[in-house]
Amino acid sequence: MIATDIIIIGAGPCGLFTVFEAGLLKLKCHLIDALPQPGGQCVEIYPKKPIYDIPAFPEILAGDLVDNLMKQISPFKPTFTLGERAETIEKTDDDKFIVTTNRGTKHIAPVVAIAGGLGSFEPRKPPIPNLSNFEDKGVEYIIKDPEFYRGKDVIISGGGDSALDWAIFLAEGVAKSVGLVHRRQTFRGHLDSVQKVMDLAEKGKIKLITDAEVIGLEGNGELDSIVIKHKTEGEYKVATNHWVPLFGLSPKLGPIGDWGLDIEKNAIKVDTLDYSTNIPGVYAIGDVNTYEGKLKLILCGFHEATIMVQSAFKRINPEKNLVLKYTTVNGIQGF
Amino acid sequence: MSENIIKVTVIDREGTPHTIEAPTDMGMNMMELCKASELPVEGTCGGMAMCASCHIYVESDHELPEPSEDEEDMLDQAFFVEDNSRLGCQVHLSNELDGLTVRLAEVSAD
Repeated sequence: MIATDIIIIGAGPCGLFTVFEAGLLKLKCHLIDALPQPGGQCVEIYPKKPIYDIPAFPEILAGDLVDNLMKQISPFKPTFTLGERAETIEKTDDDKFIVTTNRGTKHIAPVVAIAGGLGSFEPRKPPIPNLSNFEDKGVEYIIKDPEFYRGKDVIISGGGDSALDWAIFLAEGVAKSVGLVHRRQTFRGHLDSVQKVMDLAEKGKIKLITDAEVIGLEGNGELDSIVIKHKTEGEYKVATNHWVPLFGLSPKLGPIGDWGLDIEKNAIKVDTLDYSTNIPGVYAIGDVNTYEGKLKLILCGFHEATIMVQSAFKRINPEKNLVLKYTTVNGIQGF
Repeated sequence: MSENIIKVTVIDREGTPHTIEAPTDMGMNMMELCKASELPVEGTCGGMAMCASCHIYVESDHELPEPSEDEEDMLDQAFFVEDNSRLGCQVHLSNELDGLTVRLAEVSAD
């Protein structure tokens, strides 16, 4: 079990900055994030977009902001559990919390800081009736192991790099046949991937179904066909046991909603004294929290992190007196 | 109608129309208007044409400026896109849009 002072759920900008403020108070942090890399929305959705309201930066690219934060927190040696979603939280007899991820990784600490943003990124699911009936029974949102598709007929939906890359990979000697369904005729991904797909289509290795969208699923228990709606040719069925919709990721509050926290409009209610939730020892900072007057700005999350760690320190070291030390006076004593 | 206020109708996902008075001098777009009116539009990306959660169908005859490449790319990721599909965050409120009627699209299964 991973033991630390503060378990930070969410490694976006606010979760990352918490490491710095906690480090100044000599508190160690371990971060959990469902994405395979830190940075949250900034890196996953808009790394190349300029942000104009970070104090002291007239303009900074979102990805660069995260790079700067990683540099800023490095003296405090944060550790990470990445690519795993925090699923459950339990209280121990000695007032600590055990946070377990969906892969079974366990973490224990006296304080938990939820910096979950809008939620963990999950595959975008198309609003098709009965979709949930076929999950893991023919419909997969992520290709964990391509070998699963060896010798099988697969249909992929999507127009971006993910769909293109997987279509190419599976068509080149893994799957028995590959179909690629896309709403438009043009694809969004890298030009060379698009070209590769076109080449494979010409050789008959990928069946391109463009101007089309999957609108229905059929099967008794397991998937046996998909219903396609073509822009001009109407609806028709295609037999298949495997459909992989690759429509990108979108954030969902997820399991955090079931932890007994006070939730309002997909956000966690907090006390603005120290951003604590209704569970003592569990705090919420950044976009994931809500209170009267809340603004979902990165800079607000930075402030909330700073106030929050003071309270966390008092909870962990009730016998110690906390003295605010300025970094200009003491510098940074890394771990 | 006073200057710089228009009437816009948004039909929600249950088919109920909501008529809203919208300011045209605050740089607002349809996504922001829906959120401010407590309609169920996530606006996950904050209006950067990076998520398609504000997908709407334009049902009135109003002529809107053509979608940008970014908007087209993003509509690509939306579901059940029709010829009258737009991203709400890219539809900026102007006096010319008085009487606009839009319908919220299905965004994703939960």
